[in-house]
Amino acid sequence: MTKAEKQAELIRQIGGTDPYKCMKCGKCSATCPSFDQMDIKPHQFVSCVLHDQIGRLVQSKSLWKCLSCFACVERCPRDVKPGKLIDAARQLVIRQRGQDYLNPDQIPELLDPELPQQLLVSAFRRYRR
Amino acid sequence: MKYSYYPGCTVKNQAKELDLYARACGEKLGFELEELSQWQCCGGVYPLGSDEIATKLSSVRALAEAKEKKQDLVTLCSACHHVLKRVNDDMRCVEDIRVRANNYLQPESPYQGETTVIHYLEVLRDRVGFDVLKEKVTHPLNGRKIGAYYGCLLLRPGKIMGFDDPENPVILEDLIRALGGEPVVYPYRNECCGGYLSLKEKELSKSMTDRIMDSAEGFGAQMLITACPLCLYNLNQSTSGAKLPVRYFTELLAEALGVKEEVSGE
Repeated sequence: MTKAEKQAELIRQIGGTDPYKCMKCGKCSATCPSFDQMDIKPHQFVSCVLHDQIGRLVQSKSLWKCLSCFACVERCPRDVKPGKLIDAARQLVIRQRGQDYLNPDQIPELLDPELPQQLLVSAFRRYRR
Repeated sequence: MKYSYYPGCTVKNQAKELDLYARACGEKLGFELEELSQWQCCGGVYPLGSDEIATKLSSVRALAEAKEKKQDLVTLCSACHHVLKRVNDDMRCVEDIRVRANNYLQPESPYQGETTVIHYLEVLRDRVGFDVLKEKVTHPLNGRKIGAYYGCLLLRPGKIMGFDDPENPVILEDLIRALGGEPVVYPYRNECCGGYLSLKEKELSKSMTDRIMDSAEGFGAQMLITACPLCLYNLNQSTSGAKLPVRYFTELLAEALGVKEEVSGE
């Protein structure tokens, strides 16, 4: 098994979903509120996992544009759950040492007086271990 | 009627009024929210990875305490509701998570998802009933045009949340109607506000809230209501020309039930 194949397997495991069910209808990308900002679109995420193109995936900016709003999960007619695959790829990155997307030192300058605590805990959970 | 109550971090800080109005209205409607003796932050977002256990334990502790007290567990914040409901579903349906979480926590009797997690809005709809609520309204909203903003956390994934029709929800509109307001239905009411992206990707979340604001204004809304502190924050950051005021649904409820002044001290 090559490294890319192993990583693809890991993403399928963490994501707990089966990308082979995808019929490439593109509904996930059509409904994604971050679509414009993504270099790899939600339907391409599924395709990358299918074809073991993990290098592209883990370097993708899309990891940090996904909101986990579950629009793609809810509206997928084949129950592929692209949002869970994207999160699994994100986990693959942030579970490595030094790969956090958000550092506590950055927080003070990002704060404003109205900011709800919920925002910080959510960002910490998605952006770092 | 007494419910166990999980307030959550934001409701205790930035969103205090969401909680104060909810408790006062509960009293008026004949139910009490009894805060769990010990609760920890739910983490704000549900840990999606199928191998995530430690990040779910704080929710399991809260769920297990409600089970011990033989009470249903009421939530108010959309994020807490989402996380607790999904972790509860895992504990009921996913053997691997159930076994590992119980092995870790070693409770006296294993927790297997017995608790019913119910959002405050569901209490109003399913336990109190909107028709009963309507009769208790003393200060009706006089046809005020109000847009409900649902966001994503309460609705999706629909199969697990079981809150309302995820694509065409009506619960907030029914509430507005019961309070004497006029609900405004607009297309973006269940699209995402940008969530935690507003921390590092402000422009992106602003473009999303602008779309929501413009959509609501275009359909004639004069104000928006929400259950989620993060949605409220993001909508208030919108730079759209519409700039509709955004309020928690509990504030409107308190107004209509005539308890708003005594809570806010106005």
